[in-house]
Amino acid sequence: MDAAQALADLTEISTQIQAALIADEKGAVLASTFADDATAGKAARSALDLLAAAEDAGRNGTVRLTQVLAATRDGSVFLVRGEERIATAITGPEPTVGLVFYDLKTCLRLSAEQPEKAKQSRSKKEGEGESIDA
Amino acid sequence: MRSALRWGVVALGSAAGFALWRRSSGKGRERVELYFSDGSMVSFPEDSTEAARLIPLAHQILTDARG
Repeated sequence: MDAAQALADLTEISTQIQAALIADEKGAVLASTFADDATAGKAARSALDLLAAAEDAGRNGTVRLTQVLAATRDGSVFLVRGEERIATAITGPEPTVGLVFYDLKTCLRLSAEQPEKAKQSRSKKEGEGESIDA
Repeated sequence: MRSALRWGVVALGSAAGFALWRRSSGKGRERVELYFSDGSMVSFPEDSTEAARLIPLAHQILTDARG
């Protein structure tokens, strides 16, 4: 699945997510739901700044930082870090943290999957859905 | 007059109780949570020096996203 499709699925599934993007670890935007590319690029750089600052504040690199939540009164910022990519999403105030992280991690994983693997993954899920319905 | 005063006291008490509950439950407070690959998590409340560095970056992302 490509990054744009993964993000489209994410925003369809999660009503709490207002905007999201997937970028590589250098800040190049792979896909976003932001209004335009310039805004998405700026947000991706800010997200990487947040990740770098969080690493400094955390455990000094002894254990890999994988997720960040910054909750403010205006809304929350979620950041999930994969092997070579990051996914960032924003929500309103006081979201369901576990659910948003789960959806964002799934989105990042699907965006990194090879097309054939993603197809198999979707087929398996559809098969599971049928057995539940039956 | 006494009835109005009584309702006023009840309203003030309720408001104070609600404020205390929100404060103690952490709702409405800014914070940063970091999650690590070993399953551990660190939370920084809004009055910590770490949150003071990280929260403005989050505000920047929210501002970028909302235009």
